[in-house]
Amino acid sequence: MIKLSRSVASMQRALWPLGIALVGFLLAGCTGPQTTISPQSDFANEIQFLLKLTFWSAVGVFVIVEAVLLWIAIRYRRRRTDPAMPPQIHGNTPVEIIWTIIPAVLLAIVAAFTTPIIFSTEAAPPKNALQVRVIGHQWWWEFQYPTLGVVTANEVHMPVNQTVTFDLESADVMHSFWLPRLGGKRDVIPNHVNNLWWTPNTIGTTPGQCAQFCGTSHANMRMLAVVQSQADFNAWVAAQKAPPAAVPASGPAADGKAIFARSACIGCHTIDGVSKGTVGPNLTHVGSRSIIASGILENTPQDMAKWLKDPPAVKPGSLMPNLHLSDSDINALVAYLESLK
Amino acid sequence: MAVEAIPNPIVAAERTSTGLNHRKVLMWTFLASECMFFASLISNFQVQRGRSLNGPYPSDVINIPFTSVSTFALLMSSLMMVLALAAIQRNDIRGMKIWVLACAFLGTLFLGGQFYEFTQFVSEKGLKLSTNSFGGSFFVLTGFHGTHVTIGVIWLVSLYFAAARGKITAKDSLSVELAGLYWHFVDIVWVAIFTIVYLLKV
Amino acid sequence: MATLVRPAPRMGLSSLPRPQGDTGIWSWITTVDHKRIGILYGATAFILFMIGGIEALIMRLQLATPNGQVVDADTFNQLFTMHGTTMIFLVIMPLSVAFFNYIIPLQIGARDVAFPRMNALSYWIFLAGALFINLGWLIGQAPDAGWFGYANLTEKPYAMGLNTDFWVLGLQILGIASILGSLNFFVTIVNLRAPGMRMMRMPVFCWMTMVTNILMLLAFPVITVALTLLLFDRFFGTHFYVPSGGGDPQLWVHLFWVFGHPEVYILILPAMGMVSQVLPTFARKPLFGTPFVIYSGIAIGFLSFGVWAHHMFAQGLGPTADAAFAFSTMAIAVPTGVKIFNWIGTLYKGHLWYTTSMLFAVGFIAMFIIGGLSGVMHASPPADLQQNNTYFIVAHFHYVLFGGAILGIFSGVYYWYPKAIGRVMNEKLGKWHFWLTMIGFNVTFFPMHWIGLDGMPRRVYTYPSGMGWGGYNMLETVGAFVIALAMLLFVYNAVNSMRHGDIAGNDPWDGRTLEWSIPSPPPHYNFAEIPVVTAMDDWWAKKYGAGHEVGHAVPAMAGASQDARAHEEHPVHIHMPDPSYFPIIVAIGMFVMALGMVTNYWLCLVGFAFVFTGIYGWSFEPVNAPAPPGSSEVHTALAPAPHAPVAVH
Repeated sequence: MIKLSRSVASMQRALWPLGIALVGFLLAGCTGPQTTISPQSDFANEIQFLLKLTFWSAVGVFVIVEAVLLWIAIRYRRRRTDPAMPPQIHGNTPVEIIWTIIPAVLLAIVAAFTTPIIFSTEAAPPKNALQVRVIGHQWWWEFQYPTLGVVTANEVHMPVNQTVTFDLESADVMHSFWLPRLGGKRDVIPNHVNNLWWTPNTIGTTPGQCAQFCGTSHANMRMLAVVQSQADFNAWVAAQKAPPAAVPASGPAADGKAIFARSACIGCHTIDGVSKGTVGPNLTHVGSRSIIASGILENTPQDMAKWLKDPPAVKPGSLMPNLHLSDSDINALVAYLESLK
Repeated sequence: MAVEAIPNPIVAAERTSTGLNHRKVLMWTFLASECMFFASLISNFQVQRGRSLNGPYPSDVINIPFTSVSTFALLMSSLMMVLALAAIQRNDIRGMKIWVLACAFLGTLFLGGQFYEFTQFVSEKGLKLSTNSFGGSFFVLTGFHGTHVTIGVIWLVSLYFAAARGKITAKDSLSVELAGLYWHFVDIVWVAIFTIVYLLKV
Repeated sequence: MATLVRPAPRMGLSSLPRPQGDTGIWSWITTVDHKRIGILYGATAFILFMIGGIEALIMRLQLATPNGQVVDADTFNQLFTMHGTTMIFLVIMPLSVAFFNYIIPLQIGARDVAFPRMNALSYWIFLAGALFINLGWLIGQAPDAGWFGYANLTEKPYAMGLNTDFWVLGLQILGIASILGSLNFFVTIVNLRAPGMRMMRMPVFCWMTMVTNILMLLAFPVITVALTLLLFDRFFGTHFYVPSGGGDPQLWVHLFWVFGHPEVYILILPAMGMVSQVLPTFARKPLFGTPFVIYSGIAIGFLSFGVWAHHMFAQGLGPTADAAFAFSTMAIAVPTGVKIFNWIGTLYKGHLWYTTSMLFAVGFIAMFIIGGLSGVMHASPPADLQQNNTYFIVAHFHYVLFGGAILGIFSGVYYWYPKAIGRVMNEKLGKWHFWLTMIGFNVTFFPMHWIGLDGMPRRVYTYPSGMGWGGYNMLETVGAFVIALAMLLFVYNAVNSMRHGDIAGNDPWDGRTLEWSIPSPPPHYNFAEIPVVTAMDDWWAKKYGAGHEVGHAVPAMAGASQDARAHEEHPVHIHMPDPSYFPIIVAIGMFVMALGMVTNYWLCLVGFAFVFTGIYGWSFEPVNAPAPPGSSEVHTALAPAPHAPVAVH
């Protein structure tokens, strides 16, 4: 029996890492930028409520049942003084009925709280919502604002305290549109149009990424949401609708523009007044974004140069090929693209 | 080299919990599984309905009168199968051979009708597997069914030859019964396919 | 000592003589004995477990730090696809089947399964499928679209290599093996129970496996059709899932999960059955509420076909569908959870004997509770929109599949190893294996709940720094290596105990069911005399008679045991079904056919020739080659009436 006590003691010791992890889990303060438990919209708040309901119920059941299990597992270890056989209890029907009904009731309660939220969050969006058309590509996000005449990529702006509705389409395979702080995800399915809507309540930027495996660079298909005051949003819209910034007659930016216009770039990218490609992101105002390459690089000259040098090296499988540009060409292009604010 | 009069003496002698022969339980269970198989193929057909981006469309090719004739042949073949089983159960080996061959013949007639219909679709109407959603789902569904019928016909012909060599008598009626179960199943599936593919408003 | 009677070789309708002998590799290749086939399945599945584990370790190394450089994106995507496919189809399922094979006939008092050659065929086809689906590694094109292979990523032009072809064809082969196996076990359970073994007197393990096999029979045809449609899209130009051709990728998702959800119950029910045998044995009292446990199993089987779209809550099916599936999912949690209480009730007031097997069974309960609770959290569709496709889900299914199925299977291994091998495994090493596994497992998978809620999606080959995920990922990697260490200990123990373990005897655990009434390992024919069953836990009833209710041990009934000594005094000659070449011939043919699909279509014809020859020869091969002339031998059925005459020399 001494061996068994050691076993039990080590059992208790093994539970410490579990306990610590659990406590850490409960200390929701240490969350990351893409966390799902720091809601910043009405939709995310509704989900948070259900998460808390199911989580704390689960914790309650966990503590009670595991404690009972542990107590029984330890208390009834066999002893040398035991008779040959314990009482051969076959069951206890009333008890079994009760412990069937109790979980059923608990689950019914969860279902009762869940159902109205399913219907309210999946209802049609309000009529005055700002419409954003989202198109998922391998491996970047296209955002169009049909009512405002804006087309951009990877960075989606929205005004705070106004409902925005996303119509989700795919250009190729299944993706999933997910900005955790703003709401749950919705899959993006070719030949379907899915919908998601919410009203953000906090100004700031929050990251998101594709959440449905979509090929080689699925992990790299990220995006940034920028929630702004109405005034800042209006300013952004105005800047996006404006024609591309004028390029000085000479200098690196002018060289860059010339290189762009004669290179393969024009086959895939749109810059208003320069090119009309639709395979890759619209670059008319690329200089105004804080991220490039769907969020895996910052929009700095160094990162932009890194991208142009060898896109498949940065984003494996990228449809944008390595054009074997010379360093001087790259510098010129960077100057040009950064100027497109 | 003594010829085995009874293919499976072990199996025949066994006591089973249900009183049913193992192979009979096996066949029923297998047919249950096959139900799910055909249900999935039929569901696919229904899902693909109306999704063809180009013709020919079902109304362009479906010929109910023609297919009704081959359907009738298949239904009659099931009657032949029933008669074959009844024959062997009363040890009428000659009768069993006749009815089994008749069943196989009608089954082959059905297959002939399918073959003709398919070749018409492909060569005259321009409907291939890859043409559109209807072509794909139609040929996959009826193709798998036709394959099942073909296997059945081969089985029936083997039974005929086994009986001709004296290997099947009344105490082996199970072999015929199993083939009968399979054959009736394949027939019932065809009734479902015919209804959903041909008769329901296209 | 019982002897096997082998007839003189005889030319059958094929030109090959019937195989003979029961030693050497050829006897393993042609065996139709359920016990050998069980060992083949178990050993093969365990090797694949190691392979799947290595795939996991490489992934964990890659993910240990942000922006990892251990493997590139393509390789990682192949690794996670193959890890999932391997663990589900090539490890948990065949390990379960290994136990179905070995244990079901012993527990129901039969001499073998209903169709021994088809049983062998299932194994060889499984091996063919396992080899085929892993062939891609040889050319750097292992399947890479996830174990769930969502269309239209699996279609051209997005999947141009052979990766997805290996996956589709391999799974089709494996599906055939599974269906053949399930047909066999279902007929065996229905038809080969010993006299007096009514369904409600059948061991709970057999009940759970019966439900599992029914699920396989009804669910596998659906994935067969789904894969066939994908195969036709990839090879024959159809557009079932291709949007540009009028198809719908969501059709794949539906078909896959109509199969996929029953599949996860297929994965867990056998382990639940094993644990339902282990706990009563080592608590020395019956399973608490056996009828409820059985009915729960049936309910789970039934309901499992009605919950599939809970994998699709993010697909935008609409609020009515989401609500309906949320309800059905919560409903299925009830019979699943209730079993946990029954198992705890079994321990209550028992005399708990903590062998390694028992530790794993209790560990199973503890871990399955966690996995089940996180599952309930996903059942609420809006909440699931944050959890779906994140590491929170990865945590959930590893808790139910590793913490549940694998721990349950290890419990079964330690429990039944002595029956199969004749020696017990080393208990000290076993306890080290258990504790290291528990620690490693929880360190690896518990933090995943957290990083999932912290926004880390799954199926990502890397992640950036600054997300707050790096530290936890490193911890998880360390945990994974602890698991690996534990498994190495197990392998050493399993191999070493074959020669040096303590002799087990018939009944090392004072068991409750019929397999403990015969020698370890059992003779070729299992039971010299088919027992007559009068109760659930019939062996316990036979040992302890009427006294077993009152807690007094009663001297065992005379003749109740069929130990080796008894057999020496009264040798019996029981002629079991003979080995056969045809199963492996058919399986080779299937492998070659699949190979032909990815290389040269002419090879398909060669493969088909093998398959056809194999089936043709088989259909004319009798179960037993007939006895030589002049023999007074009786062909014994697999389940004769009790006290059937056997030739005694």
